[in-house]
Amino acid sequence: MKSLKFLIPLALFGVLALFLAAGLKLDPREVPSPLIGKPAPDFKLTRLDDPTASISRDDMLGKVWILNVWASWCVACREEHPMLVEFAQRKLVPVYGLNYKDVRADGTAWLSRHGNPYEASLFDGDGRVGIDFGVYGVPETFVIDRKGVIRFKQIGPLTPEVLRDRIEPLLKSLQA
Amino acid sequence: MIPELGHFALWLALATALLLGVLPLAGTLRERDEWMALARPLATALCIAVGIAFVCLTASFVRNDFSVLYVASNSNSALPLQYRIAGVWGGHEGSLLLWVTMLCVWMAAVASFSRHLPQPVVARILSVMGWVAVGFLLFTLITSNPFERLLPVPADGRDLNPLLQDPGMVIHPPMLYMGYVGFSVAFAFAVSALIGGNLDAQWARWTRPWTLAAWMFLTIGITLGSWWAYYTLGWGGWWFWDPVENASFMPWLAGTALVHSLAVTEKRGAFKSWTVLLAILAFSLSLLGTFLVRSGVLSSVHAFATDPRRGLFILAFLVIVVGTSLALYAWRAPRVGLGSRFALLSRETLLLGNNVMLVVAMAAVLLGTLYPLLLDALGMGKISVGPPYFDTVFVPLMAPVVFLMGIGPLARWKQASLPELALRLRWAFAVAVLAALGSGWLAGRIAPGTTLGLLMAWWLVASVATDLWGRVKPREGAGIGARAALLPRATLGMMVAHLGVAVFIFGVTLVKTFEVERDVRMDMGDTTTIEGYVFTFRGVRELDGPNYRAARARVEVTRDGRKVADMFPEKRIYRVQRNPMTNAAIQTGFTRDLYVSLGEAVDGGAWIVRVYYKPFIDWIWGGCVLMVLGGLLAATDRRYRSRAAASVTPAATPAAPPPLAPAMRRVGTLEHEAP
Repeated sequence: MKSLKFLIPLALFGVLALFLAAGLKLDPREVPSPLIGKPAPDFKLTRLDDPTASISRDDMLGKVWILNVWASWCVACREEHPMLVEFAQRKLVPVYGLNYKDVRADGTAWLSRHGNPYEASLFDGDGRVGIDFGVYGVPETFVIDRKGVIRFKQIGPLTPEVLRDRIEPLLKSLQA
Repeated sequence: MIPELGHFALWLALATALLLGVLPLAGTLRERDEWMALARPLATALCIAVGIAFVCLTASFVRNDFSVLYVASNSNSALPLQYRIAGVWGGHEGSLLLWVTMLCVWMAAVASFSRHLPQPVVARILSVMGWVAVGFLLFTLITSNPFERLLPVPADGRDLNPLLQDPGMVIHPPMLYMGYVGFSVAFAFAVSALIGGNLDAQWARWTRPWTLAAWMFLTIGITLGSWWAYYTLGWGGWWFWDPVENASFMPWLAGTALVHSLAVTEKRGAFKSWTVLLAILAFSLSLLGTFLVRSGVLSSVHAFATDPRRGLFILAFLVIVVGTSLALYAWRAPRVGLGSRFALLSRETLLLGNNVMLVVAMAAVLLGTLYPLLLDALGMGKISVGPPYFDTVFVPLMAPVVFLMGIGPLARWKQASLPELALRLRWAFAVAVLAALGSGWLAGRIAPGTTLGLLMAWWLVASVATDLWGRVKPREGAGIGARAALLPRATLGMMVAHLGVAVFIFGVTLVKTFEVERDVRMDMGDTTTIEGYVFTFRGVRELDGPNYRAARARVEVTRDGRKVADMFPEKRIYRVQRNPMTNAAIQTGFTRDLYVSLGEAVDGGAWIVRVYYKPFIDWIWGGCVLMVLGGLLAATDRRYRSRAAASVTPAATPAAPPPLAPAMRRVGTLEHEAP
């Protein structure tokens, strides 16, 4: 029985390994956004394609819409972009872009190369509005309801699963 | 073509590693000399194959071959050459290849510096390391191939993370990995000794220099990382208890315990099962660190881009390596025997006490690091554990360690006497108390926490001095010089390393107590004064670097009207990745650093400027350098260099556990009966 104590390290490690395995399924970065359920922050920005025309928060009231934060320098954006283009073609809701910390010419060129899914892109060159929205990684996607309240937020690229299982059902219930 | 060559070399390496893992080990079990003899050539072949892969990846970086996905993600044509080379380990895939390369460097070292070891021992050690290589090569090839092509080929790369574009970052990862991977040698020695049943003082003597070398590299790696954080993150901190820092600190604590425990096993034949456990622990913690960094289970500034497949793979690997070795331990260690007996008060007890404290401290760090994960896994919410926890737990655990560190070296082996120790150390203690109060008073304040820190530092200095004097004072006609010349390097190394700890504690205590940090808004010509230094803001101008734009400020520092320095803190925007980087300006002095970094630009050409005064901060890293020097002295002790080392026999001959095969009984008996 004396030799049982030599099993203690193995047992401890076994418990640790179980926790690590459980940890693999969890996402430490999945921080519940404090903005969900709150009104979207106020903004008034010029359009990417037209520096003289601007769009503000109040212009968007009354419709359910999606705000996708993107930039020409963001590589993960290129990954989700085809999905977004296809999604926008189905015209479920208008998709707006927030062109974050970018250069106007770069952003326009990027859209003409990769396709433009957006009704319009808001140009946020200094990133102020992005900061108000709590953006900490591009791309990010927000679903905003008729009253201007943020109902959903995706950090990082969209995936077909997220679009199908989370966003589309949410849009249906919001538009009902 | 070059990337394909590299990829092919990796598969070749995997095949070689499999052979190395199987054949020599099978040779030791079946007493086949010709199989055992394959260990060295196979290890060499493995090194060459991995070396070719590493050179291929480096060549792809140097040649700006953006058709390789990994190069395109971590380099750019405007990136200076030295950072293109450092880019090889700038991301997950390449740093994994660096890991394997380091493993091969250690393997080659073991293969060439093990001529005096019996053949079965070498065969087992290299086989065990071969299995470790198999695991990492499989991991690289299945989930993280650095040679993957990218089509269509992009015009330019996404650039190396700007945080890594720094000279410190060029050498920090290789040093750290040398340390991590170096513990695999001690691990392989331990596992092969468990298999072979020759767990004795001889084994400890072979393991010690390897462990010391790994420990030194790890110390250098951690020190560089801390120094780098200090001057590039822009807020003057030097340790953040970030999960990844902890991941490197835990093997260090276990390794430190191992170094000391090996000393006891070598000299006295005691703590054998404990020493083996520490050897397994140190390497397991290195693997755990790899898992934590690369699986995405914890969020950290260091974390690599994650992929659940990778997490699963390393976890499986971790379970196999650690699980197998601990199972082997549970099976074989009970028969190792206790070694020679020692009294309740003896150097053995003191060292064991310190060992246990170090392991407890390691466990406290492990708990703090994994606590967010544990709570999340149990569905109890998301939390983060930060410096308050670690500072509160770690300092009280270290205080007794430091106290015992002063006593241990002066205590006798086997049986020490309390009155004698008290007699020898009372003056050291009195001097330490006076020096602590005196230096606190000189620095300006006598506060409880500060005094405790200073007392620990001075206590170490005084006890090392007492120890040294006891060893060199003139006796029997031999003068100080003559007796000092006789001091073994191992002893000197211990003293230097312990002084390093004192210097480290001294630095930490004074920085924590007396640092001044001020964030001020500064316009052209504005001044701020800290500790007599007048900082004058002389404006900002723009300049272009090879792959960034920078705003560079000039801050003039004067003291008593005399100019001390011009300091040039920078704020850089790297063109490709667009994240801003702060390059602090630091004016280093023996007793203090002046530290200026640029915050944000505010209206009208003014900036938020962080102006810090950091007394004795460089002593923190200076202490670490002393520890490394101590390690170097100890690792190069005469008895490891000479082949006649075997003539030193331990005080007691321990009983060997029954070996697995008759072949090993032969080897085992030979060793135990050696004069």
